[in-house]
Amino acid sequence: MQFWIIQGLNSLSLGGLLFLLSSGFSLIFGLMRLANLTHGAFFMLGTYFGAITLRAYSGLNIWVTALGAGFAVAAIGGLFERLVLTRLKTNPLGQVLVTLGMSFIISDACLVLWGGDSIPVPTPHNLQAPTRVLGFVFPTYRLVLVGCAIGAAIGLYFLMERTRLGAMIRAGVDDRQMARAVGIPVSNLFTIVFCLGAGIAGAGGVLGGPILSAYPGLDADMLPLALIVVILGGIGSLLGAFVGSFIIGFIYTFGSALFPELAYIILFLPMIVVIAFRPQGLFGRVGA
Amino acid sequence: MTPPTPNYALEIIDLNKAFGGLKVTQSISLAIRLGERRLIIGPNGAGKTTLFNQISGDMRPNSGQIKLFGTDVTTFAPYRRAHLGLSRTYQIITLFTGDTLEHNVTLGLLGLLPSRWQMWRPLSSYDVLAGEARQTLDTVGLLHLADHPVSEIAYGEKRRVELAMALAQKPRVLLLDEPLAGLSNTERSTVKSLIASIPRETTVIMIEHDMDTALDLAETVTLLNYGRVIVDGERDVVIADERTREVYLGA
Amino acid sequence: MKWVATALLAALLLLLPFFAGDFYINLASQILIAAIFALSLNLLVGFGGMTSLGHASYLGIAAYISALLTSRYGFGHGPAAIISIAGTIAMAAFFGTIALRATGLGFLMITLALSQVLWGLAYRMSDVTNGDNGIAGLTRPTPFGISLDSAAAFYWFSLIVASLALLMMAIFVSSSFGSSLKGVRDQPRRMAALGFNPWMIRWITFVYAGFWGGISGLLYVYYNKYIHPTSLSTTSSAEALLSVIAGGSSTLGGPVVGATLVLLLKNYASAYIERWNMLLGLVFLFIVLVMPTGIVPGFSKLMARLRRQPR
Repeated sequence: MQFWIIQGLNSLSLGGLLFLLSSGFSLIFGLMRLANLTHGAFFMLGTYFGAITLRAYSGLNIWVTALGAGFAVAAIGGLFERLVLTRLKTNPLGQVLVTLGMSFIISDACLVLWGGDSIPVPTPHNLQAPTRVLGFVFPTYRLVLVGCAIGAAIGLYFLMERTRLGAMIRAGVDDRQMARAVGIPVSNLFTIVFCLGAGIAGAGGVLGGPILSAYPGLDADMLPLALIVVILGGIGSLLGAFVGSFIIGFIYTFGSALFPELAYIILFLPMIVVIAFRPQGLFGRVGA
Repeated sequence: MTPPTPNYALEIIDLNKAFGGLKVTQSISLAIRLGERRLIIGPNGAGKTTLFNQISGDMRPNSGQIKLFGTDVTTFAPYRRAHLGLSRTYQIITLFTGDTLEHNVTLGLLGLLPSRWQMWRPLSSYDVLAGEARQTLDTVGLLHLADHPVSEIAYGEKRRVELAMALAQKPRVLLLDEPLAGLSNTERSTVKSLIASIPRETTVIMIEHDMDTALDLAETVTLLNYGRVIVDGERDVVIADERTREVYLGA
Repeated sequence: MKWVATALLAALLLLLPFFAGDFYINLASQILIAAIFALSLNLLVGFGGMTSLGHASYLGIAAYISALLTSRYGFGHGPAAIISIAGTIAMAAFFGTIALRATGLGFLMITLALSQVLWGLAYRMSDVTNGDNGIAGLTRPTPFGISLDSAAAFYWFSLIVASLALLMMAIFVSSSFGSSLKGVRDQPRRMAALGFNPWMIRWITFVYAGFWGGISGLLYVYYNKYIHPTSLSTTSSAEALLSVIAGGSSTLGGPVVGATLVLLLKNYASAYIERWNMLLGLVFLFIVLVMPTGIVPGFSKLMARLRRQPR
């Protein structure tokens, strides 16, 4: 019984992490029609950033670190978007390729800067003691992580549905040219959304550190998961990213625990099923 | 049990299509006889091209039936309808701009031939195809440009190539979506006479805005507005009808 | 003029082992293998308009099947090769069915996801694939009893296969099917209205590209006598895509030129720089920003301009 509970919680916390990772990816794809292959690297940058700073300054608050990493990664993303991506507006394939190139650059840079060994990230002190609920013991940090994901989801929902910025973003997702025609500054919006997506990924990377550790190849492990979540949940849909993240979190966790060698196949079965019967994903719109 | 009606080239039965709350096709029913020259008119947004898209299979209706020579093609993919003799031109130019005119028409011919699956003989070795393509270009008066890339010819000439491609397959039903759009007066009369000379074996259904020119070519007219058929029948009857004037003049 | 150049090139290629040392002959073999791989990808990218980031799957699966059958199950190279290619074709058929439910970026993402899943399997299923250790100690085949262990012998073998590949692809591309493929790339709606079946055309091309990817995979494992999951990785797919884009996807020669450049760069750069991935990324950025149509078209445009200039 304890096994199922623990794996269940692990699934939830992985799902939460995946949401932090893929919500940005989904947003960027939805608005900019760009498959941002750098996204895994942005996440990894956050994890390394968290690992290095939290180990160096043990008194640092993980939340502050996450926020800081989020801004730092957002800034890097913004520079990349302004300097490189905007020059390739007419070349969507080129855009994807430079994001791929950028991911290689970032991942190798991490290797050069911080070496090839895996760097574990300490769980924050005040969250190290386990929580007892109904006689079961849960690692507190993982519970908190789920809370973070829900918080981020609520925050993003508010942003998209209740603010002017969100309205502009949604307009841009629905009909880019029309949005431009009514005076919405679409290219500034692109930069904002790219920074937002990158930033969430970076912050998510820090928060994922205690569970995943920072290691070279983290980006290559995370990116396909983000892709599968977005393919499953539907492009441009936050709800889809949310639901998809938890579905994948469960499948991956239980799959890895029960059939470690075949976890990848189990992961891609729901993706195949969804693509076969609903190519636009569970919540995506046809013709996205 | 309705008996099959092979004397109808195209039958549309109670067709409906909506995008969310917007109804673009509302209970449209049409019956077009073999060899007929039908003109479909209506103001912008009346749903004419949407109707064409459903007939050609580029769009699926929400309900209703489309029958081509008695065969229910409602769920058929566009390429299958082409094999039943349906051909169409588009409002925007959809030619292969980097290729020569001859290559464009050759592709048009290839679409219905089994040799389109052939992977080991170069296309250029098919002399018969090339000959037929050049002949088709000749009938539209463009043989002298056969070896020019499409990107280098004038707009009016491109429209004629579109027509050539559609005619090359000797279709049984031809859908022409605004064939005269954007043409100068001389080009217009050239294309008009081309359409007039299409053999009777081909049923022609045309969408046009330029009523003066198009009406000469039409035998029957269907007036659409807001996705519905308003008036439908012989040309002169439709023109004289009150409702036609209402739609166009708001009187 | 063109004939003289072609004849000279052919002579150079044929006679290379007589005037170059083993190091260069081996380099040339690697270039030939990379060229076949890039050419197979370009059937999809350049001629089919389908950009895939998962093409290394076909190189890798053929290599692994051959490696396993010969080293662990005692198969001869001939039967092993046939089974490898059959397996590769089956996988391409399956992956193609999934990936072609989408086009454009959706297609790209699905091919990437599928190939990463395959890579993950190769890494994790260590009792089958030996995981991160790879499978070593493999042998080269002996067609008609001729040993391919010497650099020169293997080089000529690769040259024959590469020439055959180039020839068959040239025929494919200029055939009626090839023309219909290019048509579907340019105007899919128009092609469907003309009676062509766009999905089937794309799918057949996908499988054919997978077939040649598998062939390059066999050559790859024969050359290296070793196979490791990195050959299935996104980096491997990305190198091929870079070759196609750098050389120019609109011609048959482009990917060959691109593959040559990427391989030479990889070889020489690794002597000075440890981080090949970073360099690869920077080259990607450079090519896309500065020469988006690739070298071969850029070069032929330059030649055309020079010829038109008055003397």
